[in-house]
Amino acid sequence: MLHIFCPHCGELRSEEEFHASGQAHIARPLDPAACSDEEWGTYMFFRDNPRGIHHELWDHVAGCRQYFNVTRDTVTYEILETYKIGEKPQITAASKASAAPSTVKGLGEKV
Amino acid sequence: MSAINVFQQNPGAEAKAQTPLHHADLASLVGKGRNNAGVTLREKKLLGHLTLRGDGHDPAFASGVHKALGLELPVALTVVAKGETSLQWVGPDEWLLIVPGGQEFAVEQQLRNALAGLHIQVVNVSGGQTLLELQGANVRDVLMKSTSYDVHPNNFPVGKAVGTVFAKSQLVIRRTGEDTWELVIRRSFADYWWMWLQDASAEYGLSIEA
Amino acid sequence: MSQSYRLASGGRVNRGKVLNFSFNGKTYQGYEGDSLAAALLANGVDVVGRSFKYSRPRGIIAAGTEEPNAILQIGSSEATQIPNVRATQQPLYAGLVATSTNGWPNVNNDVMGILGKVGGSMMPPGFYYKTFMYPKSFWMTYEKYIRKAAGLGRAPLQNDPDSYDYMNHHCDVLIVGAGPAGLAAALAAGRSGARVIIADEQEEFGGSLLDSRETLDGKPATDWVAATVAELQGMAEVLVLPRATVNGYHDHNFLTIHERLTDHLGDRAPIGQVRHRVHRVRAKQVVLAAGAHERPLVYGNNDVPGNMLAGAVSTYVRRYGVAPGRKLVLSTNNDHAYRVALDWHDAGLQVVAIADARHNPRGSLVEEARAKGIRILTSSAVVEAAGSKHVTGARVAAIDAQAFTVTSPGETLACDLIATSGGYSPIVHLASHLGGRPVWREDILGFVPGDAPQKRVCVGGMNGVYPLGDVLADGFEGGVRAATEAGFKAVVGTLPKAVQRTEEPTLALFQVPHDKGTRGPKQFVDQQNDVTAAGIELATREGFESVEHVKRYTALGFGTDQGKLGNINGLAIAARSLGISIAQMGTTMFRPNYTPVTFGAVAGRHCGHLFEPVRFTALHSWHVKNGAEFEDVGQWKRPWYFPKPGEDIHAAVERECKAVRDSVGLLDASTLGKIDIQGPDAREFLNRIYTNAWTKLDVGKARYGLMCKEDGMVFDDGVTACVGDNHFIMTTTTGGAARVLGWMELYLQTEWPELKVYFTSVTDHWATMTLSGPNSRKLLAEISDIDLDKDAFPFMTWKEGTVGGVPARVFRISFTGELSYEVNVQANYAMGVLEKIVAAGKQYNLTPYGTETMHVLRAEKGFIIVGQDTDGSMNADDLNMSWCVGRNKPYSWIGLRGMNREDCLREDRKQLVGLKPINPKQWLPEGAQLVFDPKQPIPMDMVGHVTSSYASNSLGYSFAMGVVKGGLKRMGERVYSPQADGSVIEAEIVSSVFFDPKGERQNV
Repeated sequence: MLHIFCPHCGELRSEEEFHASGQAHIARPLDPAACSDEEWGTYMFFRDNPRGIHHELWDHVAGCRQYFNVTRDTVTYEILETYKIGEKPQITAASKASAAPSTVKGLGEKV
Repeated sequence: MSAINVFQQNPGAEAKAQTPLHHADLASLVGKGRNNAGVTLREKKLLGHLTLRGDGHDPAFASGVHKALGLELPVALTVVAKGETSLQWVGPDEWLLIVPGGQEFAVEQQLRNALAGLHIQVVNVSGGQTLLELQGANVRDVLMKSTSYDVHPNNFPVGKAVGTVFAKSQLVIRRTGEDTWELVIRRSFADYWWMWLQDASAEYGLSIEA
Repeated sequence: MSQSYRLASGGRVNRGKVLNFSFNGKTYQGYEGDSLAAALLANGVDVVGRSFKYSRPRGIIAAGTEEPNAILQIGSSEATQIPNVRATQQPLYAGLVATSTNGWPNVNNDVMGILGKVGGSMMPPGFYYKTFMYPKSFWMTYEKYIRKAAGLGRAPLQNDPDSYDYMNHHCDVLIVGAGPAGLAAALAAGRSGARVIIADEQEEFGGSLLDSRETLDGKPATDWVAATVAELQGMAEVLVLPRATVNGYHDHNFLTIHERLTDHLGDRAPIGQVRHRVHRVRAKQVVLAAGAHERPLVYGNNDVPGNMLAGAVSTYVRRYGVAPGRKLVLSTNNDHAYRVALDWHDAGLQVVAIADARHNPRGSLVEEARAKGIRILTSSAVVEAAGSKHVTGARVAAIDAQAFTVTSPGETLACDLIATSGGYSPIVHLASHLGGRPVWREDILGFVPGDAPQKRVCVGGMNGVYPLGDVLADGFEGGVRAATEAGFKAVVGTLPKAVQRTEEPTLALFQVPHDKGTRGPKQFVDQQNDVTAAGIELATREGFESVEHVKRYTALGFGTDQGKLGNINGLAIAARSLGISIAQMGTTMFRPNYTPVTFGAVAGRHCGHLFEPVRFTALHSWHVKNGAEFEDVGQWKRPWYFPKPGEDIHAAVERECKAVRDSVGLLDASTLGKIDIQGPDAREFLNRIYTNAWTKLDVGKARYGLMCKEDGMVFDDGVTACVGDNHFIMTTTTGGAARVLGWMELYLQTEWPELKVYFTSVTDHWATMTLSGPNSRKLLAEISDIDLDKDAFPFMTWKEGTVGGVPARVFRISFTGELSYEVNVQANYAMGVLEKIVAAGKQYNLTPYGTETMHVLRAEKGFIIVGQDTDGSMNADDLNMSWCVGRNKPYSWIGLRGMNREDCLREDRKQLVGLKPINPKQWLPEGAQLVFDPKQPIPMDMVGHVTSSYASNSLGYSFAMGVVKGGLKRMGERVYSPQADGSVIEAEIVSSVFFDPKGERQNV
C-alpha cells in the first residue's frame, strides 16, 4: 500500500485514502470542435505506459477532496514528488536521465 | 430573490427531532456497560453543522470569518474552538463549523454578512451528520483497529482533526482532549459506525453516556 | 509406552503439565511447551503424511516454518477445522486433534502408494500439463481426485466460531525476527527512544538461541534472551509480538504481521479473545533479521522418515527434550552441523558416524567431536538411506564432490536417524517480496538480499553472517542505523561475549552423487511438491532453462512451501545440469505471504453484519414498522415494496401502482444524491457539464438534465433546481452521487479553476418524501402553508414553506407521470413530518410504495434509469432524448464532441424503444436478446436486448423497454426474443412512452 504525501494536508497518508485518476497533465482541448475524431480519440483514450518516471493525477477523496499530481517511478513504485494542480513537476524522465539522484526533499515518500 | 437562498430550516426545539442514532436508543443503554469501561461513547446531538467554503489565502476571508465567529481560521488538520463553537479545517478551501443546535441559521447570516462580496459557500448540513464523542484509556486502541491513520500522540496531538478511512468508509477524527476524541459521521452511515464501534470496543468495555 | 523417545531430562517443556492429544484417531501425551511435531516425535510417530505425487510415506524433517511434510489438519469439531497447519509451528494444547491431510485412506497403508511405486514413469515432471491438459472437459474430473490424493487439506463446512481482527500501527523501526540479531537490533533501536515493533513467528523470542549450546558471557544464551526480552517489555514505545509472523513486505514499508494470539490455548479462542490479529504496519525503517534455513543434502531415499535436518535434531533434543531416534549418522559439508553430534552425544545417545564431504576438516567443532571419540569419515557422504517406512541404515561412501562421482562403494551403517546439513540459506523471502533480486555469494554459498529502494537494513544470518558474536554486533549496528535514519540518536551498548571458534568453509555440495546416477533411488529436492533431482535434470533437458520455467514445469518451490528447503538445491542442480553457475542461474522470486494465513485473519472484523457499510435514510424505522421488503441500491437499503399480509411482490406492486395512479402514494426518495452548488459561475458550470442549457432557468424553477462523459455517453441524470440566482440544488442518481461530485470537482479543480463555484454534498442533510398521485395536492394542502394552486405552483417549479410545521423545500417534479410533490426537510425532522403526512393521508388511502412500483410507473412513462436502460455505451440520441441536448450552447460542453464522433452518428446504433409483446400475457425477461428473424440459423444476428420489463395494471398488458438497432425508425415492426426453452416471444416496436403520452396527468 503506497504512502502518499498530500500537498494540501501536508503529510503522508495511506493509499486507501486516495483515488488514482490516471495520467496527469492531460489537458482538455480548448476547441473540441476543431479536433478530428482521431485527435479526440487520442485525448480520451490514449495514455502513456512508461517504464520509470510517470506523472499521475490522484484525488485525496477521504481527506481534503483535492486533486493533485504525483511523480512516481513505475518500476520501484517510489513516489519522488507530489505537487499541486497547476504546478510543474521538478522531476521528469528527461531530468532524471541527465541528473544525479533527486535532490527534492520533503515532497514525497522516498522508500 | 437574492443570489443565494438561505432559509431557516430548523422548526425550533419543540418539533419532533430524531438524531442519526435515534434508533439505537442510547439513553436506554446508559449505565448498562462494564464498570471502568475502557471506552465511553456519547452522541453530541442535534448541533448546528455548517460547511464553509472560501479562499483561505484571502486575508479578507480570514478576517471576515474572525469577525463573524471570533475564531481564527484554522490551518491544515486543526480544529479551533471557543465555548460550544468549533471551526475545523477540512480542505484548503473548506471548513466545518459546528455551533449549538438552533443557531445555524443566525450564524450563516452572520457569516454571509461578514463575507459579503467574496466568493464563498455556506451550507447547512446539520441534518446530514452528527458527532460521536469517545472517551477513555482504550479509545486509541479502538481507533487503531479502525483506521490506518497514525493516532499516536506524537502524530495526533490535541486539536488535530483529519478526514480519513475508518473501517470500510470515511469520517473525520478530532482529538479534543488527552483521552477524548470526536468522530464526525454522516447520517446514513451512523448505524454502521455504531455497530463497528460496539464491536471494536467490546474487549475493553463500552459504556454509554447520554 | 508413552513418550518413549522423550529424554529423561532437558528441554524447555513443562514436564509437570501433561497434555493429551490425538493424531489420526490415536491418543498420545506430550508436555506443555511442546510443538505438535515434538510431541509426535516423542511418541515415536514417524509417518505423518504421504507425498503429493508418489504417495511415499513422509516424516518430520524440520522444526520450524521450513517443514515440508508435517502439514496437518487440526480441529476437534467441524467448525474449528484448520487445514495445512505445520506441526512444527503448532503448539500443543490439551485435547488437540490432528489428522494427516494426505494419505487416502490412511497414511500407513495408502492405496495411492501402489500408483507411487510405478509413479516414477507415470508421473514425470509436468504431468499435470502433459496428462491432464486434454481433453479439457475432463479436467474437472481429474482435479477432484488429484486434489483428494494430493492432500491439500479441507475447509470447514461450518462457520468459524472465533473472532479475528486487524490493528494498524506506525513505527520508526520494525524488526523482523527475534533471534540474536533481531534482539540486538531491538535493544539498539528501543534504547534510542524510537517507536519499535519486534515480531517473531515462534512461541517465544530467542530464535536459534533457544536450542543453542552457545554461551554468552559464560552463561547459557537463554539467560541473555530473557534479560533482553524483559528490557524490551519495559520500554513504553516498544511493542513485543511473539507468535507473530511478518508475512508480507509491501510498498513503501507497509508490512503485514499475522499474530496467533490463542492457537496455543485450544481449539477455540477463550471467550472475549481474538484468535488471530493482522497487524498492518507502516514502518519508517525495517530491520530484517529473519535468519537462515539449514538446507538438506540431496541423496537417495532422503525422504524416508528418519532423515532430518541436523539443526532440527538439535532443536528437538535441546528445546523439547526429545530424541527423534537412537542411533545417529550425520552427513555434512560444514562445521556448524557438528553441533548436532555433540548435542546427541551429550544426551547420552549413540553417534554412529559423521560423514563429512570435505577432505580434511580441522575446525574447532570438528576437533571437539574427534576429542569425544566420534567416528568421522572425511571426503564422504550418505549416498543413500536404507529402509522404506523408516530409516534402518545409511550407506556412507567416499565421494568426489568436484567430479560429482562416488569413489568407493562405501559401507551401510545401521542407524535410525540420518541428520543432514548442506549449509545455510539466508531467508530472503521478505526482502524480495517487492522485487529486489537476491544476489549469490559464493563465500557463504547462499543468496543474500540484493539492493532495494526500500528503507531497510538486513542483519545477521539473513545477511550471511553466522558466527554468534558477529550476528549480535551486526544486529545491534543495524538497529542503531535504522533508528538514526528514522531521526533518533545513536546509542552505544556493550554486547555479551560469545565463544570464538575457528571455522572452515562449507563445501559446495547440493546433490550427493550416486553410483547409479539417475537410475539410483529417488533423490528428493522439494519434498512438499515431490520434485526430484532427476526431475529437474529432465526439465533442463526438455529445454526449460530459465529458473522461472524450471520452477513452473517441476512445481519446485510451489504452494505453501515457497521453496524454503528445496529452492537452492534445485537451482544448483539445474545450474549444474545446464553447465552454468548458480549466480548465472539466479533464483526465483518470492511472494507474500511467507507462511499461510487463515481466511479468518484475512477477513478480520469485515464479516457478517460488519462486512460492508449499510446506509439508511432517516425514515428507515418507519419502513421497517410498515413491513417493507428492502432492496440494496449501492450501499443503501431502500424499501422495495410494502407487502400486506398474504401479498407477494406482484400483488403488492399492483396495489401500490394503482394507489398512485388513482389516489396518492408515498416514496422515500432521500437516497438520491443531492449537491448544493453556489457561486457566480454556477450556471456556467452547469452549462458545461449538462447536455442542456441552464442560462435562462429562472429562480424558482427546476429542470431535468443529462450528464455525459467526454465520449458522449450518458452517465448520470437528475433534476436541478435554481434556488437563487447563483444557487442550485442538483440531484443525481442514488448510486452515482459520489461519482458525480468527484467528477465535477475534477473538472473544476483541473480544467476550470477560474470558475467561481463551490459544491457541497447535502445528500444526507435533506430527507425527501415524494407524494405522487392525483390526490397529492389535496393531501399536501392539509398540512402545508404553501400555496399549491396549479398556477401559483406549476409543474417543474419549487416552493419554500412549512410541511407539518417543519420548514421545507417542495419540488413539483414527477417521476411517475402523476401530479407529484417532493418534500425536502432537514433530516432530523423528517420522521415528525412523515407522521403528519401519513395521518393526513388516511382519508386518501395514502399508500407507501417502494422502488419496484417506482420502476413500473416511470417505465410506463418511458423515463430511463441510468444504469438499467443505459450501459455506458448510449448517448442522448440513442435514448431518443435529443430534446435534452443543447447543441448550440457556446461552450463545448462535456460530451458534445464525443457525441459527434462518426460512430455516434450511425443510424443503425442500438436505440431505446418501447417493446409491446404481441401476447399481452407474455413477459420479456430483462436482458433477453432480440433478433429480427427467429428462424435464422444459430448463431443468430442479435440486434438488441431488453433493458426494463414489467407487467402493468394501468396498461392492461406487459411491456418493456429495450435497445434495438435503428429501432427509432422501426416503429410498428416486430422483434423476436428466442428463449432458453426454445419458445420465442414476439413483440412490436413502439414508442417508449406507454402511459399518458401528452403528460396531462402531471400537469394539472
